[in-house]
Amino acid sequence: MTERRDVDLLFKALADPGRRKLLDLLHAHDGRTLNELCEHMEMTRQGVTQHLDVLEAANLVATVRRGREKLHFLNPVPLQEIYERWIAKFEKPRLKALADLKRRLEKDHG
Amino acid sequence: MARSTYVYVSYIRTTPEKLWSALTDPEFMKQYWFGMHCESSFTAGSPWKLVAGDGEVYDDGEILEADPPRRLVIRWRHQRRPELNAEGDSRCTMELESNDSAVKLTITHSVEREPSKFIEAVSGGWPKIVSNLKSLLETGAVAFTEAYPANQPR
Repeated sequence: MTERRDVDLLFKALADPGRRKLLDLLHAHDGRTLNELCEHMEMTRQGVTQHLDVLEAANLVATVRRGREKLHFLNPVPLQEIYERWIAKFEKPRLKALADLKRRLEKDHG
Repeated sequence: MARSTYVYVSYIRTTPEKLWSALTDPEFMKQYWFGMHCESSFTAGSPWKLVAGDGEVYDDGEILEADPPRRLVIRWRHQRRPELNAEGDSRCTMELESNDSAVKLTITHSVEREPSKFIEAVSGGWPKIVSNLKSLLETGAVAFTEAYPANQPR
C-alpha cells in the first residue's frame, strides 16, 4: 500500500457523518462491541458493520479480540499524522507572526 | 474489574527486526521519544525503566514477556506524579506483525481501573511517539520535536 493510498483512505473514511459519529462514540467510551455501538446509531447493524470496516481499513479503528467478543478502539495515530501534515504546518507561520508581534511590542514598552 | 485501555496502531514500512531494534535501542529511541529512552535488557523478568534526558526516572517496572521481534509486554508504573503513581501498575503490550510491505505495530496500554488518570496522561504522548517512530523509520526524520507544545495542557 502506498503512502498516497493511506491518506486517501483516511480522508474518505472521515468524509461521512455516520463514521465520524462512530469515532465520537469511541472517543467517549473506547473498547465497545458492535452491539454497543449499534445502540447509538440510527442505522442497520449491517450499515454499522460496513462503516466500521471502512474505519478499520483507514486504520482509524483498531479491533481487539477478547474471548468471543470483538472490541473496537479509536486509533488516534493517523489523526496525529493529519494534524502534523495538514494543520500544524499552516499554523506555524501565524504563531510565529504573533510571537514576533509580542516581541516587538514588549521591546517598545520596555 | 473495570479496565482502561488505549490502543495505538501504525503500519510502518520496515522489517520486524528493524522495528524491534528501534523499540529497544536507547540511542535510537531518544530520536523519536522526545529525548526519553528505556533502559532494560529486554528479556523476560528483567527490570525496565523510562528515563528522561536529565537522568530522571519517569516510569519503571519489568519486562513480563519478550519474544523478539514479535511481542514485548512491560509492567509499567509511573514514578513522578504521585496521583498517577497511586494508580499502581499498568501493562503495555507491543505487538509486531508482518503485513505485506509493512509491519503492523500495535501498542496496547491498560490499567485495571476506570477512569484512569495515568492512561489519560499517556494518551497525549503515544500518538506522537508512534507517528515519530513511523516517520523516522520511513523517511529518516521525525514529525514532532516537542511532546507537549506550550499551548497544550499537559
